[in-house]
Formats: sequence, structure tokens, C-alpha cells
Amino acid sequence: MSGPRQAIVGARLLDPASGLDAVGALLIEDGRIADFGPRLFADGVPSGIEVHDAAGLALAPGLIDMHAFLGEPGREHKETLVTAGEAAAAGGVTTIVATPNTDPVIDDVALVEFVQRRADETCPVRVRQMAALTRGLKGQEMTEIGLLRAAGAIAFTDGDRAVAEARLMRRVLAYASAFDATLVQVPEEPSLARDGVMNEGEMSMRLGLSGIPAMAETIMVERDLRLVELTGGRLHFSHVSTAAAVAALGAARARGLRVSAGAAPHSFALNETAIGEYRTYCKVNPPLRAEADRLALVAGIADGTIDVISSGHRPQDQESKRLPFAQASFGIIGLQTMLPLALELHHNGSVPLLRLLACMTSRPAELLGLDAGRLLVGRPADLVLIDLDRPWIISEREFRSKTKNSPFDGRPVQGRVIRTLVGGQIAYDRKRDG
Amino acid sequence: MTVVPASHFQHRHLLGIEGLSPPEITLLLDHAEACVEQNRRVDKKQSLLRGLTQINLFFEDSTRTRTSFELAGKRLGADVINMSVSTSAVKKGETLIDTAMTLNAMRPDVLVVRHGASGAVQLLAQKVDCAVINAGDGAHEHPTQALLDALTIRRRLGRLGGLVVAICGDILHSRVARSNICLLNAMGAQVRLIAPPTLIPSFVERLGVEVHHDMRSGLKDADIVMMLRLQLERMQGAFVPSTREYFHFYGLDYDKLSVAKPDALIMHPGPMNRGIEIDSEVADDIHRSVIREQVEMGVAVRMAVLEILTGRLRNDRGGE
Repeated sequence: MSGPRQAIVGARLLDPASGLDAVGALLIEDGRIADFGPRLFADGVPSGIEVHDAAGLALAPGLIDMHAFLGEPGREHKETLVTAGEAAAAGGVTTIVATPNTDPVIDDVALVEFVQRRADETCPVRVRQMAALTRGLKGQEMTEIGLLRAAGAIAFTDGDRAVAEARLMRRVLAYASAFDATLVQVPEEPSLARDGVMNEGEMSMRLGLSGIPAMAETIMVERDLRLVELTGGRLHFSHVSTAAAVAALGAARARGLRVSAGAAPHSFALNETAIGEYRTYCKVNPPLRAEADRLALVAGIADGTIDVISSGHRPQDQESKRLPFAQASFGIIGLQTMLPLALELHHNGSVPLLRLLACMTSRPAELLGLDAGRLLVGRPADLVLIDLDRPWIISEREFRSKTKNSPFDGRPVQGRVIRTLVGGQIAYDRKRDG
Repeated sequence: MTVVPASHFQHRHLLGIEGLSPPEITLLLDHAEACVEQNRRVDKKQSLLRGLTQINLFFEDSTRTRTSFELAGKRLGADVINMSVSTSAVKKGETLIDTAMTLNAMRPDVLVVRHGASGAVQLLAQKVDCAVINAGDGAHEHPTQALLDALTIRRRLGRLGGLVVAICGDILHSRVARSNICLLNAMGAQVRLIAPPTLIPSFVERLGVEVHHDMRSGLKDADIVMMLRLQLERMQGAFVPSTREYFHFYGLDYDKLSVAKPDALIMHPGPMNRGIEIDSEVADDIHRSVIREQVEMGVAVRMAVLEILTGRLRNDRGGE
């Protein structure tokens, strides 16, 4: 099958992996990148090629979101592969890595295949499924990591919770290394975090809410770093939120450990004061932390200690948020706001643009071994056109997700997705969006 | 004493002490003072709140606070209805907000709300049109308790400023402690907290209080000793090893009290666990224990709060 040939011309080509940042053109053929560069079509585009003028826009690899809850199966009232995919496309995300904490839990080969097939059929962007690390996320027995990997599970995680037992975590890390499987852990020591609903600090004390101490994260990060050292395994911390965890990761890198880490946009865009008078839309896990932690995350992104920015997308319906703070569910939706919130760090001069984009493109692709996240001839044409400087206001009305649990409604941001292509096909187009 | 006119109280609800200015606190206390006299007459009934409806909505069991609010409302002439939610719709899955909206549709003028979750009363207040009084939300605030404590102290010692107040016991889970700290700080008293480290919330020193883990250092030269109730289920190993050990180190008896000022007052928000946080003899000391007086002041303070919060409604009603 031979698709139409399309040329995107006059765009600012951004390829974080190679450091390319130049105005040029890109040719798509059969859904793949056929050629690109500053000199391509310098003398005009030959006839027979559909031309898209992208003057003034940036053209970057489509974003990869390494950690999102997509609702299927079992939580279709909160999100579906279709609604999540539409939100992703509108946010410039072309690959979503789905968490396995669905109902049923994705801990079985048949379930991985089922979700993967449904996603391929219904979702407008690519979905890669993670499988559970332990059966039923119970933290007791490991899943069939080898078979699940062979069935297409891209990584292994227990979703929102960490594997509490050190002995099991040691074994899983050791076992998974034989299959070169990536393990993903939310670093939170469960007994220290138990009953906690927000960051432990002056704010939680004043509000009379139980705190989740920063130490709950530090202890789990430190423990897991030791286990990685012991087993030679490979581990990715899906979301870190504290200055102490960033420091521990920096030291581990210096020792040469195979560890990586992500941060969520809300963790570096907000601090705990956003909770104000019990705003449940700011209830999230890991919790919004102190300002010093937020600044450490920004510095960690700038210096590469934090590899990845991932949305931590967690849809929750009104009923689970319109409750007293302690009773409300954790979670913020993030697929659609990840890019503009991350771009704040570029616009305010904290993180160079290519470094920032690498966190959402080439780095996650490297960590997961994905054929995406780069401008490379022969790669699928998963691309995003961005008007980098365009100011706009995030509005709940534009959210494509089934639920609207975002604290960012009304936030002025800069940088808007104009078009998203998945395999050369338009998955989102701002003009059509109106 | 400069009396501040009631119209200077700018809040629609009373959700906490935090956010009240010292003149506003003084205003409430002054009004309460007048109510004390009223309550000591044979004919206690007034008609200030005649025609107004007060609903006491209690999501947590309470006898004394609810009764106190009920009496306060009735003495001012309001129609008072008690709703205990353990017997109502919440058990059937109705949410707090649904309950609030339903009650709101019945057009009450005042809602008095107690709830086990911090912030629940604020949440409810956002959804209703009437005045809301926080009768205790989780571990957050219990503003009328702090006001009645302040009134008790002020009547006995004539002032709040400059006094040394020691609050002892389960500070961590206590809304009474939080409200009292706010109020006493605002009025210029010096607050000390005394408890084992496991019952002191992290970062509490940011409130401008002194933290003591030893009764003798904490009670030294104190003017007021405020004991808090310790929930029995928290005494069995989770926060402290045993009731025996707790009473030994943190229970108030004459021996520990001897380092406080000789005329130091003893307070307790009730209900007391005699022999656990307070020795019976100390609790019943007619010269120093003001525990029963606190209960009396409770009604007066709640009348004052009702009176001031409904002031605007009564003005709207037009010169009755």
C-alpha cells in the first residue's frame, strides 16, 4: 500500500536526540519519514507531493507519555481508549504508555493482547501497554514477565503502588534483567504514606490533613537503588516529587546504576499551596510538594537527572472529587496539558527547549526501546507541529478526556499544538478543532 | 473596652478561628458575655431569632456540642432541628454535597455542621445559601470551643494577652488544639504544647508555639492548663504504649501541677477520661477546675455566634 506523499515545509525542525534545530522540510511517504533537513526542497517541492506550509511552526517527534491511566478495561466511565487517545492527540502525544491498574488488572498474556488489540482498533494514537509487576498488584507473586514481554508488554509496574516487600522487589529486579524488561516503580514506602492525603508539612498541619512525608519517597528510592545495585537490574521511577529523591538519583547515576526517573508536569508546575482551601483537584499521588522540591525537579530536568516528563494522567469523575479532601480520589488528568506546562520551563528560561522535548520524545523511546521519538529516515511519521510562542488559556471546555479533573483550567500558558500526525495521518488538527 | 459594632463582623460563616481578626474575636466574646447574664435569668428566652430555622447537622456523634447549639438556638427563639446523619441518607450513599443541597432547598437560615473530615464544613458552606457554623471538622477546627475557652479564661483572669497557656495531650488529632492555638496567638497569649512526640503534628512550631515533651518544663509558671481528650483507641500501642504509661508521664495530677502558677486554671473540653489524661481530684478541684464553667460559656458563645451571623438576615427583615 502506497500512501500519498506529503511535504511539510518551512518548519523549525526539532530533533532532541541529534540536536537538530533548523528551519527545513520533511517528507512523509507511506506513513514514514522519507527525508528531512534544512536543504530538502530548497529549490521547491516537486509536483505530485502534497505540500503543507508550516512556516513559523516547530516540527518535533510526537510525544511519548510514559505513564497514563486509560480506563480500559473496567473504568470506562472515567476514560476510554478513544477519549484518552483524542486528548493525547490534542496534546501532541502520539504514543501513550498505559498503566496496568485497570479492572481486571493487566497481569496476564491474554489481557495484554486484548487491550493492545482494542487500542489498535479504536485509539487515534499509539498505545503501548505495561503489565503488572505482581499478580493482581498485590505485591506477593511476580507475573509472567517473560511471556508478558513476548506478548508485547512494554514495561512492568504495579501502577500507583510500589512493591512493598524488599525481598520480592529484589527477585523481580533480578529475574526481569534476564528479559531486559524495564521495571517501573512509583517510589513510595506504603506504611509511611498510609492515610496520607497531601504533602506532610506546614500546610497539611494547618489544614488538619494527614501528611505523606517526603521521606516516604526518599526511603523507597534509596531502597530500590540499593536493590538495583545488588541485582544489576534496570529500574525507572515513574514519578519523583522530592528534592531528596533527585539528589539520591544524581548520586546513583554517578555510581553508574541503570536507573532513570520521570516527573509529572503538575509536580513542577505547582506546589502544595495550590491546595488552598481543600481543592481536591490538587489531590494527587505523589502529592504536590514544597516549593524547594518543585525547584529541585526543575533543576533535575535541566541537568538530566530526571530523564522523562510523563503526564501521570489519572481521570477521576466528579463524584470522586466532590468530596471532603481526605475522602476524594487521587489524580489529575494530564495528556492534553503536558506539553504546554512543560513548555513553561522553556519560556521562563529554566530548561533548554531541546532538553525539554527530549524528556517527552527521545528519552522515553530509548528507555522503552520504542521505534519513535526521533526524526529519523524510515521511522513512522509520528509528528507534532507546535506554535511554540502562542499564548492561550487552558480551558476545561477543550478537554477531550471523559473527566475534567485538572487544576489547570484557566491557567495562561504558551505553546499550542497545531497538528498531530500518527503514521503520517492527521490525528489532531487545530483548524478543524475550530 | 471599646465595643465593636456587630456589623463589623464581615464573615458569612464561622468556619474557623483562622482568618478572624482580634477585634472580631473580641466582638464575639463581648456579645457572649451579655448572653451569660441572660442565661442566668429565670426567663432565658429571647425572640431575636424568631422565625429563623437552625439545623444542627451532625455527621459525628456528639451530645454536648449538639445540645449546646440546640439550647443556644432555642434561647434566641429560633426553630431548631437536629439531624444525626448516622440515621439518614448518607448511609444510603448520598454524598455530603447532596445532603447539603437537599437541606439548602428547605431554606434554613443557619446550618451547624460537624463532620469527621477536615475541610468538609468548608465544602458544604460553598454549596448553601445560609450561614454555616463549624461545630468541628476532622482534625482542623472547632471554633466555638476555642471561643468558649477564651471567654472562660477572660472572665476568670480578665484578659488573654500575656497569659501562658499550656495545652496538653493529643494535639495531633485535635481540632480543639488548632482552634485554640489560633485564637490564643491572635490575642497575644503564649501557647505551649505538651505531648509525647508521636502526638505532636510535624511543623507545628510554625504556628509560633513552644513544644514540650515533659510536663514539668511545659507546665512551669503556666496560667492555664488545658487538657485534651485522648481517644482510647490511640493508646494501645499505635501512638503511645499504654494508658498506664501515658498517665504516668502526661496525666495531670497535683504533683505535675505544682510547677504551674499557684492559681493556674484547669480546663478540659470534655468528655474527660478520668485517670487517663486527668486525675479525678484535679478535675473536680472547685478552686481551680473551670471545666463546668466551660460548658456554661459554651451556650453563651454559641448564642453570640448565632446572633452575629444572623444579624444581616435580621436587618433585612426590617426593624422588628
